[in-house]
Parts: sequence; structure tokens; C-alpha cells
Amino acid sequence: MDAKTLIAKRIALELKDGYLVNLGIGTPTLVANYTPKGVTVFFESENGIIGMGPVPQEGMENPDLVNASAGYVSALPGASCFDSTISFGLIRGGHLDVTVLGGLQVDEKGRLANWMIPGKMIPGMGGAMDLVTGAKRVIVSMTHTAKGKPKIVKECTLPITSIRPVDLVVTEMAVIEPTKDGLVLKEIAPGITIDDVLKNTEAHLIIPESVPVMKLE
Amino acid sequence: MKVLKPTKVVEMIPDGATIMVGGFLGVGTPECFMDEIVKQKKKDLTVICNDSAFPDRGIGKLIVAKLVKKLITSHIGTNPETQRQMIEKELEVELVPQGTLAERIRAAGVGLGGVLTPTGVGTIVENGKQVIELNEKKYLLELPIHADFALIKAKRADYLGNLVYSLTARNFNPIMAMAANVVIAEVEEIVPIGAMTPDEVHTPNVLVNYVTVDGRR
Repeated sequence: MDAKTLIAKRIALELKDGYLVNLGIGTPTLVANYTPKGVTVFFESENGIIGMGPVPQEGMENPDLVNASAGYVSALPGASCFDSTISFGLIRGGHLDVTVLGGLQVDEKGRLANWMIPGKMIPGMGGAMDLVTGAKRVIVSMTHTAKGKPKIVKECTLPITSIRPVDLVVTEMAVIEPTKDGLVLKEIAPGITIDDVLKNTEAHLIIPESVPVMKLE
Repeated sequence: MKVLKPTKVVEMIPDGATIMVGGFLGVGTPECFMDEIVKQKKKDLTVICNDSAFPDRGIGKLIVAKLVKKLITSHIGTNPETQRQMIEKELEVELVPQGTLAERIRAAGVGLGGVLTPTGVGTIVENGKQVIELNEKKYLLELPIHADFALIKAKRADYLGNLVYSLTARNFNPIMAMAANVVIAEVEEIVPIGAMTPDEVHTPNVLVNYVTVDGRR
């Protein structure tokens, strides 16, 4: 199983029946493919829709119906559309159960940096700052390292997205939970050892007595 | 409300004007006004919009034609030309979190002196802004954004100027319709007065000064 599929499958297990869910662009989008059986969630997109459905068949696209990456989507029966103040009111106002976002760095305080690399890449924050500040639960989906360098660091060197700590970080190596005492290693991926995780992590990790292997379904 | 051709609409906009443009990655953007602004080479514009779309779509066309002096936006990641001009200092870009951008525009349109948001507290977005503590929680004071012209896109208008938007093409359009001196809507069709039910109308006619029919779709 490739890294992206593994991360998406593990995060999908965090979805609970009735949740309002926002998925960021890239790997987070894949989470929708692995929603657990018997669990019904509502997918929201910050461009103004609740009840987003799969990519329509070729020829059935509606140019006015897209996700936050401008990709064509469908609207499931019961879907609703609204303007940007309602959309961000849902996000900031505590109505969004979970957001899954990509990350560049997460630090020991659980703070996420995911919107710019000064001097190199400045896409802008889009909705990320509101999502991390306002969602009830923030899950980061990212690779454990970038070009061999750890992304889970002592302190973010990149501009942070919010001072609000994220709730869970899922990588292809581990599941890590930021707590008041620091980052706790909750699970390791199949075939990975605790030592592998430590070698690829700059931040201090709290290792509980038992660290189970990630469940994927 | 008056019905005008795109040529006449854009002739009203002087060089150096501040314009708001609806849309999310080009969806819900009045393309005929973008094309006409490029044709008439309106210069030194300050543009307020969610994102700078793509080089060949939406606001992206104005960036590529180098008509924009200042851009107030939340995301420029899909238009490499915006980033290039920003890095070369040919273009001033103010990056605003998307939910904050929506509320700042709304504030201007509804007579508020500003809004208090937790988004951006403790990040570089806080720089130069007043931090206000209420009930032991910190907020940024974000000020209203007003424009000379709002160029918006709706699905249909009636001959009074009542507007209905379509699906995710609604986004910033209804709030921009309240926050500018002159509001001009590009629509796909104009229907007789009375053909829309009162419940159907998203933007009431009193806000809309001019309507243009774009027959390309």
C-alpha cells in the first residue's frame, strides 16, 4: 500500500456518523474513498456546499458545481449551497466536526505550519487559518519527512497557520497526538518500528508502554 | 437597474479604481468583464477577490495583462504569474484569511466598523493589527473593505435587478453586491419581473445598478 492510501485509510477511521467534514486538497481528498461502512458523513467544501458527492460522469459536469480545487463534483440529494460568509461561519463558528489538512511542519506544541515557505512558495492561506482555528477537530495528513528531513519538529521554523494545536497527526509511519505534555506516539504503521519513527522525528515523542500497530479498516 | 453591454460597463471604470470581483478559482467570476477590462487596458487597479484563479481564467487574466497594482486576496497558489509579480515586487499582494476576507467585505456592506476574529491571532497575519481580549479570548480587529465597483456574476436577473446565483458560483458575489458604490452583475439571462418568487431572490434589486447578459453560455 502506498503512503497516501495508508494515511487516507487510517484517517477515514476517525469519521463518525453524522459528522460535517472538510477535506483539504491533495491526500486529504482521498479520505472520502474510505469512509467506514455504516458511517454517513456530510462533506463540506469552503467554496460553499454541504453534501458534496463524487466526480460526475464525463458530460454530466456542471461548471457552477465544483470543490475548493475547482474540480467538478456532484451534489447529493439533500445538499445545500451558500455564500462565503455562511461557509466560513460554519467553519469558524464551531459547526464543523473535523477538517483534514496537509502539513509542512507540526511542532511539539501541536502547532501546524502549512501555508507558505518564505521566499520560495507563497500560495497564501486560503481557508486554512480559519479551518485550523475553528474546526472542532483538526487532523493533519502528511508524509513523515520531506526529502529526508523531519516534518515533526521541536518548533515550527515556517510561519504557523494557527496557535490552536492540532488534534491528530497521521503519517505513513505513525499516528501522533499532541497533548498538554507533548507529542504522544499513539500508533505505528505496519512494518515500522518505534526506532524508525524516532530516527525520522526531530521533536521529542512521548512513548507509552504499548504502541499498537495502526488499524486500517 | 439598467441593462448595459460589457463595453459600456468597463468604460465607467477609471484607471486606478478599486474593484471587487466575485468568484472562487474562476467559478462565479464575470468573465466578460475580465475580458473587457483587458481589452480596454484599465490600469493600476486595486482588486479584491478570493483568489487570483488561473493565468487564462477569471482575475488571472488581469494579472497576466499587468493591470493590477494591488491585490487583496486569500490565495494565489493556482496562478504562478501572481507569485512571480509579487516576488519581483511588480505587484503588491495583501494575503487575508478567506473567512476574514469574507467578513471584512460583509462589514463594509452592512455598516459595521470592523469584525473581531480569532483567525490569525499569534500568526504573521496579526502584524500591525489591534488585538482585543474579550472574555479571556484574543481576537484580531479586522477592518472593512469597500470598493468603487463590484463586478459580480449571477445565474439570472429580472428586469428590476433581483439576482439568483447558481450552486457554488455564489461564493463572494452576494456580499460584494453590498460593499461597493456601483454594483454590476453579469448574468446568463434576464427574466420578466415576477418570474422569480420572493423566496428565490438571493440579492435584492435595490443593490444592483447594472446588469449585462453574457450569452456565451
